[in-house]
Amino acid sequence: MSWLRRLWRRTYLEAQLEKELRFHLDQHVADLIARGYTPEDAWRQARLALGGPEQVKEKCRDARGTRWLQDLLQDNRYAFRTFRQRPGFTAVALLILALGIGATTVMFTLINSVLLRPLSYPEPDRLLTLHGFTQHFGEFWGFSYPDFSDLKRDARTLALAAWTYGGGTISEPGEPQYVDGREISAELFSTLGLPLLHGRAFRLDEDAPGGAPVVIISYGLWQRDYNGDPAAVGRSIVFEGRPYTIVGIAPPAFQLDGEAEVFIPLGQKPSTDPRMQVREAHFLHVVARVRPGATLADAQAELSLIARHLADEYPKSNAGLGMLAHPLQRELVGDVGSTLWLLLSAVGLVLLIACVNIASILLARAVSRERELAVRVALGAGRGRLARQCLTESAALGLGGGLLGVLLAAMSIRPFVAFWPGSLPRSQEVHLDWRVLLFAIIVSLLTGIVFGLAPALRVPMRSLDQTLRAGARTIAGSSRHLHSAFVISEIALAAVLLISAGMLGRTLLALSSLDPGLNVHNVLTARFALSPGARTNPEQIRAAWQDVLDRARRVPGVESVALADIIPMRVGENVLPYSSTPNPPPNQTPVALSSSASPDFLNVMGIPLRQGRFFDEHDRIGREPVVVIDDNLAQHAFGGKDAVGKRLWVRAMGREPVRVVGVVGHVRHWGLAGDDQSRVRDQIYYPLAQVPPSLLHVFSSIMSIAVRTKIPPLDLVQPLRQELRGAAGDQALYEVRTMEQLVSASLAQQRFLLLLFGIFAGLALLLACIGIYGVLAYLTGQRVSEIGLRMAFGATARDVIGMVLRQSLGMILLGVGIGILATLAASRVLHRVIEGMRPAEISTFAITIAVLVLAALFASFLPARRASRMDPVSALRQE
Amino acid sequence: MTPAKSDLPQGTLDLLILKIIALGPVHGYAIAQRLDQVSRGVVQVPEGSLYPALHRLENRGLIAGDWKQTETGREAKFYRLTQKGRKQLETQAADWQRLIDAVGLILGMADGGAQ
Repeated sequence: MSWLRRLWRRTYLEAQLEKELRFHLDQHVADLIARGYTPEDAWRQARLALGGPEQVKEKCRDARGTRWLQDLLQDNRYAFRTFRQRPGFTAVALLILALGIGATTVMFTLINSVLLRPLSYPEPDRLLTLHGFTQHFGEFWGFSYPDFSDLKRDARTLALAAWTYGGGTISEPGEPQYVDGREISAELFSTLGLPLLHGRAFRLDEDAPGGAPVVIISYGLWQRDYNGDPAAVGRSIVFEGRPYTIVGIAPPAFQLDGEAEVFIPLGQKPSTDPRMQVREAHFLHVVARVRPGATLADAQAELSLIARHLADEYPKSNAGLGMLAHPLQRELVGDVGSTLWLLLSAVGLVLLIACVNIASILLARAVSRERELAVRVALGAGRGRLARQCLTESAALGLGGGLLGVLLAAMSIRPFVAFWPGSLPRSQEVHLDWRVLLFAIIVSLLTGIVFGLAPALRVPMRSLDQTLRAGARTIAGSSRHLHSAFVISEIALAAVLLISAGMLGRTLLALSSLDPGLNVHNVLTARFALSPGARTNPEQIRAAWQDVLDRARRVPGVESVALADIIPMRVGENVLPYSSTPNPPPNQTPVALSSSASPDFLNVMGIPLRQGRFFDEHDRIGREPVVVIDDNLAQHAFGGKDAVGKRLWVRAMGREPVRVVGVVGHVRHWGLAGDDQSRVRDQIYYPLAQVPPSLLHVFSSIMSIAVRTKIPPLDLVQPLRQELRGAAGDQALYEVRTMEQLVSASLAQQRFLLLLFGIFAGLALLLACIGIYGVLAYLTGQRVSEIGLRMAFGATARDVIGMVLRQSLGMILLGVGIGILATLAASRVLHRVIEGMRPAEISTFAITIAVLVLAALFASFLPARRASRMDPVSALRQE
Repeated sequence: MTPAKSDLPQGTLDLLILKIIALGPVHGYAIAQRLDQVSRGVVQVPEGSLYPALHRLENRGLIAGDWKQTETGREAKFYRLTQKGRKQLETQAADWQRLIDAVGLILGMADGGAQ
């Protein structure tokens, strides 16, 4: 008989077993009677010889080999029956578990999709990103175009491609719209191993000066503007005033740091962009694929060799410049990994508290069922079997909670990703897959086993006759230690989360109160590119800028207007080396964040002027080149004294020195949290009017407008858009932000983590309080007659309350102590992950611990009061 | 309840049961009787472990049970040896014999040494 068949024929087999044993007994009895025993004696003798019939049956069932499955079914039925009997407990337990497992699953889904799952390109482990490296600057992402071209020509082990940022305005077809774009080398798609969805990639002749104007558009743009029509290939668009032919549609999986919609060939640029010929201009991202047959080590060795050759050949620009290769995945994902793991651990703590909570309830129930279990052992149940049944019950609970949790996770993963501050890398790829399901199942089962283990292990612990003889009173003692351990661990776990949340709160408060270095109220900023038609020569560009300033000033509600290439706290930077001496040692020069601005910039931003003056209308090309520096640079370069009138050598601004005409306050450009730790803290402002004509074309597409307003700044967005559309109507404002938004966004990570930790800590506190309440209610319930006795001998209600509270206070304090130690360890992790994290302060500990202890005492006060109010006589009678 | 104690070495009970069943189809009670009689009371098989052993052997396909009438007219489950059981009995009996011979040899040698 196969085991399946045996399982189906269970009832039949049971009947047979019964019949067989019955026959044995009858036969034995008959024999004994024949030998002269009385029927009663014979019956007794036969029973004794066979042993307990139920025990024998159990052993025979074990021999059948279908036991485990049969038991599982039976245990599950039993479990569901008990759940039905206690719908309140079951619902609460399922809810707690669903929340815990759901939240854990959401975090794991993110970790799985962003960190664990390989990039959706073929052979993703052979994809690299290349970085430059010098002793002085450390590692940086940029490559120059000449270096990239040489590398591409010489490298045997690597296939290489490059890209850089470059958005613009699509003026036809349809309404003019600004789109994010990338300039890419022809090999990019083949290097990534990604075929185009429709059409083709760029040809090599198109990726060179004078190549045909061709464009590849993103999947998103194709869906939006062409309704996903494959016939879009071959159509033409006007981008940046130039007609382009669409040759390809990028597949949806294609993503390069952000969501670009238009891709044009990088190599067509040299005629218009002076950066293309300069080896110092490190503005290209380089992606590489290790060629078949080569290893990462080969590639790294070859890179070092080529870098050395380039340094020999071009010592002026390349001396000391190394090249490093890193996995592409790490580059795309960035530093989001540590945040994700931090959140997963925090959620895991909450889940652990939930487990402990349910474990203590189940344990209390197991203790009160001890006599029932003892009776079942006496009736033939194996002890292992009873333990297994306990575990089945909790595993069923765990799986039920897990199922609900996965449903919760599936519903909340998208909103959560949308809620993530900034953009989560690879966010399109976030979804539940089999790995997540496996994770959820394992977590649910583990959860069930963890909280079911304590009650299950109790089953065989006590000897049978002792339990059966013992009154209900004496049973409680042995589980008290376990219950205390539960309470202590819950308090400790909750303490870790609460103190961490407190530390985050303090950090956020401290960071928010920092002075950003400017007046953030009533300032509106936006990027814009001059109309392509107005960008044909330098004079035209300057006139167009002046036109923008004049028009914006006329808009009602505008107080002052300025143009600048870099807006504080917004992404985008231009870091230049400078020196206060004419011939600094190479690679030893300090660097400064350098912004070009129009004269009103200081007024618009409300940056305080410390000495000298800011630019005015007279600082233009042909006059002495001037700069304004911040007090940090004044301190570093001139010791903070008499900086005005001194000279600075900034190589990017020419061989001749520039004159410092003013000193202004430092602006926290890298965000309230990040500025203190930033590598670049010096700042230089130079007049937009003195930018050399050769660079104007680049500047014409990257400037931003900043407006100080007399009315709420967002009210001016529409009027300004209208006024600044330009003669051809194709000047679009984009990335419109108020300064307040930018400041607040610079703390987005901290605020986001504080919110989540706050929620987790609140949940932990609530769960811990429920746990303490439950345990103390149970423990005092077990001590009813003892308390009654004490009261009969004259103990007052106060004494009783005091006794119970003392008991719980001991557990609470021990838990808090352990929690503090654990937090001290955990705070190092927080420190590493969160920018600007403050060290733990005594007051933070004091406040959060006071909250925790008070809440826990309140939870224990309720059972204590109930115990103090009971009637001693009836308590003593209760047995 | 008498403590279930068997002086039989591990695994011997199965061998004895197989041997008794090999003599012809027999029911559980008769196996217990015969074990008692044949061994002249030396081998005391607690009846509590007889039935689990029978069911285990049946499960492994070494014996098979059929419901038949006894001479008194009652239905009883008669066990018989399967092909597989017969082979198992032969190898186990041979193994057992070798073991006994070896133990006997060693014991005999020890006696000889003492003389």
